[in-house]
Amino acid sequence: MSSSNPITEVSPADAPERGAAGAAFGWALLASELVVLFRRRRTIAMLLALALIPILIAVAVRLSSNEVSAGQGPPFLDRITQNGLFVGITALVVAIPLFLPLTIGVAAGDTIAGEAGLGTLRYLLVAPAGRVRLLLVKFAGAAAFCLVATLTVVITGAIIGAILFPIGPVTLLSGDTISVADSVGRSLLIALYVTVSLLGLSAIGLFISTLTTVPVGAMAATIVVAVTAQILDALPQLAWLHPWLFSHYWLGFADILRQPILWDSFSDNALLQGGYILVFGALAYGRFATKDILS
Amino acid sequence: MSDHPHSDGLAIETLELTKRFGNQTVVNAVDLRVPRGAVYGFLGPNGSGKTTTIRMLLGLAGATSGRVRVLGEDMPSRLQQVLPRVGALVEGPAFYPFLSGSANLHRLDTADRFAPGRTRTARVAEALDRVGLSHAATKKVHAYSLGMKQRLGLANALLMPRDLLVLDEPTNGLDPQGTREVRNLVRSLAAGGATVFVSSHLLAEIEQVCTHAAVMSAGSLVASGTLDELRRVGQAFVRLRTPDVDIARGVLLRLGLAPTALDEQASATDVDAATGWTVSAPLTDRSVTPEGIVASLVAANVRVRGFVVDEASLEDRFVALTGEGFDVVQ
Ligand SMILES: Nc1ncnc2c1ncn2[C@@H]1O[C@H](COP(=O)(O)OP(=O)(O)OP(=O)(O)O)[C@@H](O)[C@H]1O
Ligand SMILES: [Mg+2]
Repeated sequence: MSSSNPITEVSPADAPERGAAGAAFGWALLASELVVLFRRRRTIAMLLALALIPILIAVAVRLSSNEVSAGQGPPFLDRITQNGLFVGITALVVAIPLFLPLTIGVAAGDTIAGEAGLGTLRYLLVAPAGRVRLLLVKFAGAAAFCLVATLTVVITGAIIGAILFPIGPVTLLSGDTISVADSVGRSLLIALYVTVSLLGLSAIGLFISTLTTVPVGAMAATIVVAVTAQILDALPQLAWLHPWLFSHYWLGFADILRQPILWDSFSDNALLQGGYILVFGALAYGRFATKDILS
Repeated sequence: MSDHPHSDGLAIETLELTKRFGNQTVVNAVDLRVPRGAVYGFLGPNGSGKTTTIRMLLGLAGATSGRVRVLGEDMPSRLQQVLPRVGALVEGPAFYPFLSGSANLHRLDTADRFAPGRTRTARVAEALDRVGLSHAATKKVHAYSLGMKQRLGLANALLMPRDLLVLDEPTNGLDPQGTREVRNLVRSLAAGGATVFVSSHLLAEIEQVCTHAAVMSAGSLVASGTLDELRRVGQAFVRLRTPDVDIARGVLLRLGLAPTALDEQASATDVDAATGWTVSAPLTDRSVTPEGIVASLVAANVRVRGFVVDEASLEDRFVALTGEGFDVVQ
């Protein structure tokens, strides 16, 4: 511990000027959040697990001798042998009910509770990160994870599909045929749709994460919420509730596979997810803005 | 600020600061006044409310009632302006175990919007060097020892030049060498003009560097002031070694002191027996000087074989204020 002077580029007396520069959001924290999130071994492991889904599907279909007939197994499964481009989409359909919510639950549940559990939350806040800014950065991190997770499934699917199956123009649900390039665009659009679908759950996870200092608890609770919503969505007696469930449009991306694209489900879904983000974002803010940080 | 004409010179000021958890009052009407430039020791046994007070100073926890002003500004309403000027270590260090020491500091530095990204790498290296961690900079924190984490926590507080450092038990877990280094660090920070507010339950660890101290006990501030002020309140004793016990007691009585003879029976169990002190008296009247006492004793033909004035150590005072028992109060 030498007694040398600290770097005097910014002296404490500059604080008012630093205050004037306060308009800046300070994007470095968001960059740091993304780096910490995606360099973390747990995140990488979850993405690898997601990447395994299309690989398993493609290999299983390739190795099985008997033809998959239409209507058997998950949607689009029967088309994989004709066109490898369907592997990614089939894998998404498989991953949406459980695997994706599982990983989103881990990422979103960890946001605040993870920092609280480590004790780093108090050091972020005395830095000062700003409570609202930290919530925004954490939600942005969770949203980035949704996008990367979805893209992982779609892109791995496209690659393994191209390796194991023929690639060609894709016949859509509407009967039209689109080019390979166009179908890649559609796959990415579906990935975007699924990412947006998961933002409501991310906001719920963020809110739950502000309630506890035990990250595992917040993760589990978020996953339970995701599963419960889907169970409710399956009960015909609760039909009135269905349009309000954040999971209601999760599998509704078939419209993107029509020619021309039907945007209704996309916008309905985006509106619903936006509502969830607003409500649970406000709840998270209400909880976190004045919460005593005692961990 | 108009309602606090005298608070400009204060780095920290609290008014009737109170925190309740449920029906337990953990911090009870604490009035702290920490002058700028002071090295302020914040003492108290386990559970006396030191960390809770510090959390309220830093805006981590809200006060149940009372006011907090830090660096002349109200907290927590001016938190965004105040905290960039404050370096803090709260309830021990906390880091991402899966990141290296320097990556941790980078991460926490990005949280401060006003910390320039340009100089970040240099400032992190400088802070690590200041706490002697340069060689472990790339090591993952989960492989750090307790003392290394403590040092990294200090480095985090030093990432930017600060007007105020709030250090909650900075020597916890450090080896004697590290403890001395922390003392030197505190001295150099104070010499640079910063105010240092440092909590501890080990008085001896900070007594040498503090200019001021406050003592907490069960949530209340039981003493505060400069170290000299605190010592003065404490009792001093004169002790005398002589065979002429009775004459000596008479002399002391005439001087207005209340001597007790440490006779044979009592000294069988008294530690004083070992050192051979035979008369002891609390030095209640400070106008009676030690040399005056000795002169009077000699004038009365007392054979003075030993004479000492025991200033109450701050440690004694600390124990007197907070109680000796081992049990945590609350
Ligand atoms: N989250 C909490 N909920 C309820 N009580 C709490 C909480 N945190 C602390 N306390 C209580 O507040 C009191 C003061 O705790 P605090 O951590 O401030 O003590 P301290 O002086 O820092 O002690 P130490 O020297 O052990 O660090 C204790 O009685 C403790 O039980
Ligand atoms: Mg403490």
